[in-house]
Amino acid sequence: MKRFFVTAAIIIICFLLQTTVCQYFAVVGKVPNLLLIVVASFAYMRGRKVGMYVGFSAGILEDFVYGDLIGMNALLLVVVGFIVGMCSEIYYRDELSVPIILIALSDFSYNFAFYVINFLLRGRFQVFYYIWHIILPEVVYTLLVSIFMYRLLYGLNLRIEKHEEFEEGL
Amino acid sequence: MRRRTKFTLEPKVVLIFFLVLCLLLIITSFLFKGFYAPIRGAVGEVVSPMQKGINTVGTFFTSKTDNFKSMNELMKENKQLKKQLNSVNYENKILQQEKYELAELRKLFELDEKYASYDTVAARVIDKDAGNWYSVFKIDKGSKDGMKVGMNVMAGDSSGGGLVGIITQTGKNWSKVRSIIDDTSKVGAMILKTNETCIVSGNLTLQEKGLLEFSEMDNSEIEYKAGAEVVTSYLSDKFHQGILIGYIKEVVKDENANTRTGYITPAVDFTHLETVLIIKQLKEELDTEEDD
Repeated sequence: MKRFFVTAAIIIICFLLQTTVCQYFAVVGKVPNLLLIVVASFAYMRGRKVGMYVGFSAGILEDFVYGDLIGMNALLLVVVGFIVGMCSEIYYRDELSVPIILIALSDFSYNFAFYVINFLLRGRFQVFYYIWHIILPEVVYTLLVSIFMYRLLYGLNLRIEKHEEFEEGL
Repeated sequence: MRRRTKFTLEPKVVLIFFLVLCLLLIITSFLFKGFYAPIRGAVGEVVSPMQKGINTVGTFFTSKTDNFKSMNELMKENKQLKKQLNSVNYENKILQQEKYELAELRKLFELDEKYASYDTVAARVIDKDAGNWYSVFKIDKGSKDGMKVGMNVMAGDSSGGGLVGIITQTGKNWSKVRSIIDDTSKVGAMILKTNETCIVSGNLTLQEKGLLEFSEMDNSEIEYKAGAEVVTSYLSDKFHQGILIGYIKEVVKDENANTRTGYITPAVDFTHLETVLIIKQLKEELDTEEDD
């Protein structure tokens, strides 16, 4: 139960930060994708099922507040959660590098899918422009932020796990 | 212990469940626009005050850093502004006289004012769309304050009051504004001097350069120099006539030789948008009123 509330709080806080404070720290007009970091981190730490739950709730929140098509972001983030979770089940190590790379890759694919759905289908064909000017800056920024974010989330996760073990021991 | 229930789901089943659910949501929200409006409203009502709160903290810090702007710079500016003020004051007096004259003349000719003075409300920008793809933002006034979908939004502060965008969604205490630089935005426009119409649209590839593009302008004899004013057109059914959009930067002839396209520098500085003015009158309302 505690875990549920903590996770929900993290999602909401990251969403709020991303839409408000991050705008002040935008580098060349780009903001890091905090929600994606949260989804990928949870998927990596806790497996694909949790990844999908977190992905769905984060995506649906974003959709309800901003999206025109409800479920678009949720769909993409669920897939991100599933794939990252699967990767961690195949290959899990207590190292920072693997999740960071996974986060960067999923941010890239997430944005690319977003571009295909929302721009390519409307006839905006300059693929490389979008990759170079919009997707890559965001990926780099997200990657840098994720180095700190993942550590933070990892520490939090450990704490909760310890707490739960402690409670079970009682 | 509830956590120990034996009922567990296969991850693949969960995935398929979520995929189907998302697709259903996408399809329903695509087919029936406004179907989820109540939920959106509720979510927005919870989220908006929090965003507003965080934002005040954010603006506090940015204003603090702005304070460090060097004194010298400000003093120099002050001197310059004082000089400017003198000449502006003078001009203003002349203009006022002319305005008076104009009003008198209008009365004589029984002309309506070309640009009706609209009833506006000011609002604060509370946040921006989460991603990097769209240029959509939220303001802190909603249906409670009389905001309606389709109301025109102009820049509030010193930036000259150019067109910012249009309200696309309202909640109780917030509204969503799609700015004209958004990739999906299209505005019916015209060149102020010649009344030639064109369509101004946002384009993500141009946003970095701070430009808008326009298209479908007749390939007439009239040549335009950079700097010609572009305003919203009388043909637009969503935007009021005569709101400044920006200035022409470049005009290119299309390959088919019937139309021209080009770039426009917007009048509004979209990177530093803090307050906006909303025109409380809807264009359609205005039209029906005129018909009566």
